[in-house]
Amino acid sequence: MAMAQTRARALLLTPAGLWYAALLLFPLAVVLIFSFGERNPIGGYAPGFTLEQYANLPARFAAFRNTLTLAPLGTVAALLIAYPLAYYLALRVSPRWKTTLLILVIVPFWTSILIRSYAWIYLLGGNGIPALLEAFGLGDIRLINTPFAVLVGIVYGYLPLMVFPIYVALEKLDKSLLEAASDLGTPPWRSFLQITLPLSMPGVLTGSMLVFILLTGEFLIPAILGGGKVFFVGNALVDLFLQSRNWAFGSAVAVALIVIMLIVVALYTRVVKRFGASRDDVGLM
Amino acid sequence: MTKDNTPITRRKFIEHLRSYEKGSISRRHFLGATGLGTAMAVMGGAMPGLIPGRARAQDLGDRVVLATWPNYHDTANFDNFTDATGVYSQVNVFGSNEEMLAKLQAGGSGWDVFVPTNYAISTYVKADLIEPLDLSKLPNYDPAAFDQRFADAGTIDGTVYAVPKNWGTTGIAFNSAKTGGVVDSWKTFFDGARDQFDGRVMVHDYQLTTIGNALVYFGHSFNSVDEAELADAEKLLIDVKPHLFAISSDYQPSMRNGDAWLTMCWTGDGKQMNSDMPEIGFALGKEGGEIWSDYYAIPKDAPHREAAYALINYLLDPEVNAREALAHGYPVADARTNALLPEDLLSDPILYPAAERLSPLEFGAAVTLTDPNRAELMARFKSA
Repeated sequence: MAMAQTRARALLLTPAGLWYAALLLFPLAVVLIFSFGERNPIGGYAPGFTLEQYANLPARFAAFRNTLTLAPLGTVAALLIAYPLAYYLALRVSPRWKTTLLILVIVPFWTSILIRSYAWIYLLGGNGIPALLEAFGLGDIRLINTPFAVLVGIVYGYLPLMVFPIYVALEKLDKSLLEAASDLGTPPWRSFLQITLPLSMPGVLTGSMLVFILLTGEFLIPAILGGGKVFFVGNALVDLFLQSRNWAFGSAVAVALIVIMLIVVALYTRVVKRFGASRDDVGLM
Repeated sequence: MTKDNTPITRRKFIEHLRSYEKGSISRRHFLGATGLGTAMAVMGGAMPGLIPGRARAQDLGDRVVLATWPNYHDTANFDNFTDATGVYSQVNVFGSNEEMLAKLQAGGSGWDVFVPTNYAISTYVKADLIEPLDLSKLPNYDPAAFDQRFADAGTIDGTVYAVPKNWGTTGIAFNSAKTGGVVDSWKTFFDGARDQFDGRVMVHDYQLTTIGNALVYFGHSFNSVDEAELADAEKLLIDVKPHLFAISSDYQPSMRNGDAWLTMCWTGDGKQMNSDMPEIGFALGKEGGEIWSDYYAIPKDAPHREAAYALINYLLDPEVNAREALAHGYPVADARTNALLPEDLLSDPILYPAAERLSPLEFGAAVTLTDPNRAELMARFKSA
């Protein structure tokens, strides 16, 4: 019986395991091996064992700096915009409109992010918002091809990924807790801070992780809205593999990005867990 | 487009250009940044059911895969080719020769025909990535009809590896309403970028032309790989960078809406913008710059080799080629094709600059494609 169960479990896990090995572990191993190699004289990869590629990482300092400032900024901005929206959708709006409004949040996903980013070129370009601002006497404001334009683009692009996890967390919120707090004379802002916010933290954590991780690998929006002047690690990777064809160095940059991402995610999870735990302690007192 | 080969009036030519321009969303930069060409190839390969195939000509197969540049063909010609042969042309567009080389080096590109630029061909031959052409399968290729300047890069050590498609130049497009006149020197281009044109200048996202024209600014060769000369170019580019509007090969939208006033520009783009907006002019840098020619070639691992020959031969038919030229606005080196083109197109100063303007220009050199210092310089410039 126990044997059969183990065998069944192994059998059931095989497809997922093979998938994992073929599409995640194997490519990662290739990248790792490449990162210790050299650039082929005509471009590409040549076998070797050298740490030269890792020693050369500072040459992409600006790309890492841009990614590691704009990705957290974008995550925070998306959170600040998404939270009130999710709160409204989950707790305030009448059930009659809820579905419609939720669908409206998803609708942009039906169009490619490429096309939507191109639309922003026109909105942020000289004939768009800057022209509008000029009518109000604010002359010569350049928005397109600046870090700000990239920030707008990434917040816009990833907002739904932040809204939904928070919405789900708030939707599941036990409303009787809020009623009890109100009955006991707690002002709304306090019950928000002590009940709603802590209970929605799992959603906030999930949304922030999703957005942050995707942003660190982003290359499309900086390329389109940054005019090639706001350079992310993603852009460095595209260039290294397709333009300068230095696959060894490109692999080293990719490995460095993965390592940095793992560290940031681990730290973040820890901070948020501690935050949640200390709140529980406070609640017990 | 046109069903016959009667000469076409200037008005009609402009109409063609306009309609083509309206339909053009995808451009070099866009595709370079997105890898959309690859996505198209993968999707097409994964879902053969999506491709309208006709099993009429068994010997050619039902499909041919072409890797080319954006806005470089008359799509009606592909439809006609399908009607005539039953072979469906799957077109993938790319952003740079470097990217094409990267895809072929990685293997399994699935391409049958691709369009390398003159300076890239010897590298493909050295890397054993393209095959010598069997000219008996290309009866429409008549070497005698081609201007040798734009055909000889296809022949390496006496063997023909590639046949000519189009040629052109890389110059300066300027909005004269904003710049106050013609800009025809790289000196004005790069100095103005830091002065009267601050925030309004675009350079290509392409090492060959951006580094090449910065080298020409100093009087060095467009093709230099000399370390001291490259250091000059790097210093200039890094100094100019904060003042640039963008580093992008997708310059038409920004030039057209007035955000950018000056850009590095290829012949066909210059012609298109000038036709729609006469205030946008095109001039060659008087210090020098690039003259180039593109070719058709067949990769070693082409899965549909016979169809590849059939497609190249079809596109080299002078009547077909003339329709191509009307659609993309790039000069053709084939005298038979030019005989079919309208006179005002053949005398257009953007397509056919005066000989003395062409003489300082240089063809790209093979070494620039693979030189690691140029590649890394461009990367440093972009990530600075």
